[in-house]
Amino acid sequence: MSAKRTFEVKALSRVEGEGALYVRLLDGAVDHVELNIYEPPRFFESFLRGRSVEEVPDITARICGICPVAYQMSSCHALEKALGLQVPDEIRALRRLLYCGEWIESHALHIYLLHLPDFLGYESALSMANDHADAVQRGLRLKKIGNDLLARIGGRAVHPVNVTVGGFYRAPRVRDLQELLPDIEWALQASIETLRLVARLDFPPLDRDYDFVSLRHPREYPMNAGDVVTASGLEIPVEEYEQHFQERHVRQSTALHSVLLPDERCYLVGPLARFNHCYEQLSPIAKREAERCGVDGAMENNFRSIVARAVELITACDEARELIRQYTREPAVSRVPFTPRAGEGCHATEAPRGLLYHRYRIGDDGLIAEAKITPPTSQNQGQIEDDLRAFVPQVLDLDDTTAARRCEHLIRNYDPCISCATHFLRWIVER
Amino acid sequence: MAARPKLAVFKFASCDGCQLTLLNCENELLAVASAVEIAYFLEARTQQLDGPYDIGLVEGSVTTAHDIQRIKEARKQCRYLIALGACATAGGIQALRNWADVAEFTRCVYAHPEYIETLATSTSIADHVVVDFELRGCPISHQQLLDVVSSLLRGKKPAVASYSVCMECKRRQTVCVSVARGMPCLGPATQAGCGAICPAFARACFGCYGPKEQANPMSLMRFYFDRGIGRGTLVRLARNFNGNAPEFRDASNVLSSQ
Repeated sequence: MSAKRTFEVKALSRVEGEGALYVRLLDGAVDHVELNIYEPPRFFESFLRGRSVEEVPDITARICGICPVAYQMSSCHALEKALGLQVPDEIRALRRLLYCGEWIESHALHIYLLHLPDFLGYESALSMANDHADAVQRGLRLKKIGNDLLARIGGRAVHPVNVTVGGFYRAPRVRDLQELLPDIEWALQASIETLRLVARLDFPPLDRDYDFVSLRHPREYPMNAGDVVTASGLEIPVEEYEQHFQERHVRQSTALHSVLLPDERCYLVGPLARFNHCYEQLSPIAKREAERCGVDGAMENNFRSIVARAVELITACDEARELIRQYTREPAVSRVPFTPRAGEGCHATEAPRGLLYHRYRIGDDGLIAEAKITPPTSQNQGQIEDDLRAFVPQVLDLDDTTAARRCEHLIRNYDPCISCATHFLRWIVER
Repeated sequence: MAARPKLAVFKFASCDGCQLTLLNCENELLAVASAVEIAYFLEARTQQLDGPYDIGLVEGSVTTAHDIQRIKEARKQCRYLIALGACATAGGIQALRNWADVAEFTRCVYAHPEYIETLATSTSIADHVVVDFELRGCPISHQQLLDVVSSLLRGKKPAVASYSVCMECKRRQTVCVSVARGMPCLGPATQAGCGAICPAFARACFGCYGPKEQANPMSLMRFYFDRGIGRGTLVRLARNFNGNAPEFRDASNVLSSQ
């Protein structure tokens, strides 16, 4: 008779959105792993049809409360391509500064409040604060500075109101940004301390051969621009994305799984992919600190994504400082005007948790006729399950609760954003 | 209320932005966590304490049959149940399905619609259970959230301003974008709370905080229509994050039927 054991996490914690994990073992071997996304569908791609071009960045922001800027940026760029709009460098710089704010806020949240408790053995940052008050306070202040930067450019941190197709409704005031420089200086030092803290954590072994996928740009660390590159050697303009990456709908998930063609392999997007593809484009201070911490080579273990996230936090703070210093006068024109017309455009930007692809078709009536949105977590879902299949044998000797915790830790490596991906998880382990 | 009341955070269909607002109270978070026992808050902690809870904060709208069961159970567990944000108080942007064929919506996104279980409508928490207080916004204001929680802790009835966004514009001395620039602004019909940020950024209000007390959005829509703003633009303006709030819903239905 075969011995069956199952264990489950009915509701994943310290992730954004709702999911569960189910693992079934047969005779001590992993028989089935399922990441169950039960976050209910909200049908953004359906109800975007018939909306005006100007409304799109406001609506897509509502896909995710943690990374609304990513949705706004991918939307705006895709629609600008559809409309044939060229956006001047001054607006481009402000968009990068806004994105830096989101990376700082989101990475600080994930490193300190969601992921670090796993490494230090706490159930939450709230419990961790009893023994590591300085670290938690540092994380909270970093997050606050990121949010403050978002609010000064976008009006508010969650669902900024100032972003529009063509640029910004109003250019941020020079003084409003300059005032933030002392805080950004503090954040840069705090981000360096963050890297020093996370670089010496103990990382569970996880030997995987990931196909990393991210944007890459010759002159800048990828946020708003770049070609799509894979570790397996593909390098394509974003316009060819759908020829190589496709979504599959599987029964256990309201999220769609993305696969890389032709052989339908899973792949990894996010900080580890960007770090490995774009190390040279990191800011000088980020590179210097990475070298000092001995993390300047390739990183293959996604438990070390917290290190990549910390390096990116330094880059975001360093670049934000530079961009604010350069912002000495408001641009004459805050946005490029346009008249809605028929057309189609696609674009990808780098959300804090990975590549985010949008495509829109505008109809003859100037309204959205078709929308396609591929969030980072649905791209990572197949890879998360694949990681779990490789990882579960390491935790088989543990009791169900501890084994489930370890698997949740692995899932958090991906900073999954389940609300976005509903189109993500339960540890149901059958043993 | 108990010496250290227990607080729970429940999530339904949403973007997580409103519960994130609790974590965005960076200066106050650790103080809040000492004043109340954060007993159930999946986004922030793994530890889950069983109910009953003194305060339940609910984010998100009801979109599945299972949601209806969950919200009824949450209601039983909580002494005070507070709905947070446009999804929980009006159904959210996902309530746009209420004017559409949800089967067609499902086919549009999913290759296997048969795997998807969803209701034909997205509805507010108060449509299903008694709610003790509704905090508006898309997203909510972190200051208003702190005010509501501290009111409950002191045994006071929570109170937030129910007047319109116009009052906030006047207070910050923002020139009216409707009067001066002819923009169709939803501010006169929308509840304050955001700080009137949109007009300050040279754009019209699009109703994140839902209808103000005794709002008459239909009259406002007629005013804009008479000044040449297209019907489609006005219907879309009313059918937004709070499109399923009764006052906005009725206005958009009248407009689209004319």
